[in-house]
Amino acid sequence: MGEWFEQNGALLGLALLDGIASAALIFMVAVGLNLVFGVLRVLNVAHGSFFAIGGYMAASIGLLMTAVGLPPWASFAALLLAAVVTGAILGPLIERFLLRRVYAEESVLQLLVTFALFMILEDLQKIVWGVQPVSFGGPVALMGTVDVPFAGDVIPYNAYQVILLPVVALLTLGGLAWFLRRTLAGRVIVAVTLDREAATAMGIDAGRVFLLTFTFGAVLAALGGALSAPTASLVPGVGASTIVLSFAVVATAGLGQIEGAALTALMIGIGRSVAVTFEPELEVVVPYLIMVAVLLLRPQGLFGVPETRRI
Amino acid sequence: MRGLRRAEILIALLLAAAIVLAAFSTPWLRFVLTVALAKGVAVLGILLLLRAGQVSFGHALYVALGAYAVAFLAPRVPEAALLLPLAAVVAGLVGTVVGLFVSRYREIFFGMLNLALSMVFYSVLEKLYHITRGTDGIRVPAITVLGQPLEGSSYDWAVFAMALGLALLFGLLARAYLASPVGQALAAIKTRETRLDFMGVSPRRVLLSAYVLSAVMAGCAGAVIAMATRHVTPLLAYWTASGELVFIAVLGGAGGVLGPFLGAATFELVRVYAAATVADAWGMILGAVLLLVILFARGGLWGIVAARLGRRRAA
Repeated sequence: MGEWFEQNGALLGLALLDGIASAALIFMVAVGLNLVFGVLRVLNVAHGSFFAIGGYMAASIGLLMTAVGLPPWASFAALLLAAVVTGAILGPLIERFLLRRVYAEESVLQLLVTFALFMILEDLQKIVWGVQPVSFGGPVALMGTVDVPFAGDVIPYNAYQVILLPVVALLTLGGLAWFLRRTLAGRVIVAVTLDREAATAMGIDAGRVFLLTFTFGAVLAALGGALSAPTASLVPGVGASTIVLSFAVVATAGLGQIEGAALTALMIGIGRSVAVTFEPELEVVVPYLIMVAVLLLRPQGLFGVPETRRI
Repeated sequence: MRGLRRAEILIALLLAAAIVLAAFSTPWLRFVLTVALAKGVAVLGILLLLRAGQVSFGHALYVALGAYAVAFLAPRVPEAALLLPLAAVVAGLVGTVVGLFVSRYREIFFGMLNLALSMVFYSVLEKLYHITRGTDGIRVPAITVLGQPLEGSSYDWAVFAMALGLALLFGLLARAYLASPVGQALAAIKTRETRLDFMGVSPRRVLLSAYVLSAVMAGCAGAVIAMATRHVTPLLAYWTASGELVFIAVLGGAGGVLGPFLGAATFELVRVYAAATVADAWGMILGAVLLLVILFARGGLWGIVAARLGRRRAA
């Protein structure tokens, strides 16, 4: 171990940093997916597409801003703007005109509806942004690098990924926990999650809660995508891998868990980046190995509470 | 109900005759119909799971398994009559192992776990270049059919006949299975699973039996596709391929075993024309049609046919 660590210590440190950066992004998507599922009881297969579209949108807006001659710091505003625009346009449209029609249906049909939506959105991306990789590196270059001390070594790493991404993810985590547990609007959402009928009987407008939650989840996913745009070029298929990965996080953590999703995202993110560094062929398999292993031992997920079966 | 079941057999025979005639009259249709019949067999497996109220977004995994089994074994066993059962066994074995795991889950988890596993298989096929030759895929060498080294169009006819035979065989098998006590229990998983427990029936085992059967069907379909196209690539296992199977199941309708074949034939024929003109928007069109079918014609194509038959009978 000691000798191995001396040779590969820096590499391991790099893998950990990569893992933290990607975990921050996965968390943004997974927590929205989780929230939407908790409230609407619909697993949105098209949730990963919000991530992809948010990313493409950020690249487009960012490049446009640069072309117009706005100062470089404006590219950060571009990321936020892209997320809000994507989520606020797609979210209400989809909830109002599509999901609302199938709330009363069996869950297979709901799953099929969001799957159809996913197919449509995937092609929409190809039509609008083409199949060539799109990249937008502005914010990463702007923030420069920091030296991260690790096991006696110093690893230079870009500040965008090692500081900004985790900070945004932590703010989201803290903000969401505070919002859901301490504010009236948040408690209304939790009430609908726990017992829709009782909440409606208390005079809560469930339809409005659904609309707002779905839109909020879409904005979070789009923000994740927008934040990922400066670190990796966007290619078709991002949406598919994102939804599968974030589902793996949600299933491993247990449905309805926010802090659990954060920890699991970290676990899966680091697991994956360690695999990329040391056994690249295993990269794609690692998240699912973690998920399958956890589900075999704890079918309700790491932090989930087993649901009592209703007869 | 019994009248409809009898009419179903009659329609199946008519459909089979029409397919053979179409393949005779227009040679390029033969290939399209071979693939359509094979996909119909795979979709039949999806239909079994739909009866239990479960949807798998990963059954392309078994299609690809069957296809790759043929591609890997063909150099050693160059005989279609042996390759087909071998592919079925491979798909059945993997289906049993995976099924033991996924049959513990329902609905969302069931669908997404299947999706995850198929994506893993896809990336394994793509990444292990020295074994699978990555995205280039593997060419299937020439194989004999019942000891006959066939060439050109007689080989294509043999594969076509194999696809048609499989379609009829599995169609009858699925009918018998759905009518059996296990098949009835399968439908009970959808309506209320707890009742099965109370009756002393294990829902897990019932679902597992349907899952293994569906995996075998998909594996056979993959084997036929590999023999027809003579080339296998990881794309066979990609999520879009699984999505296609689910799409065809919904388009054809889950009400009867003819639905998958009606759906698959329509799908493949439309694709021949549509893919050339609107290649970029193909998935988009599929998604839109899927939405329309779900929202406005829940029973799919077979539902429309069955409703017409029922009306005539009533009148």
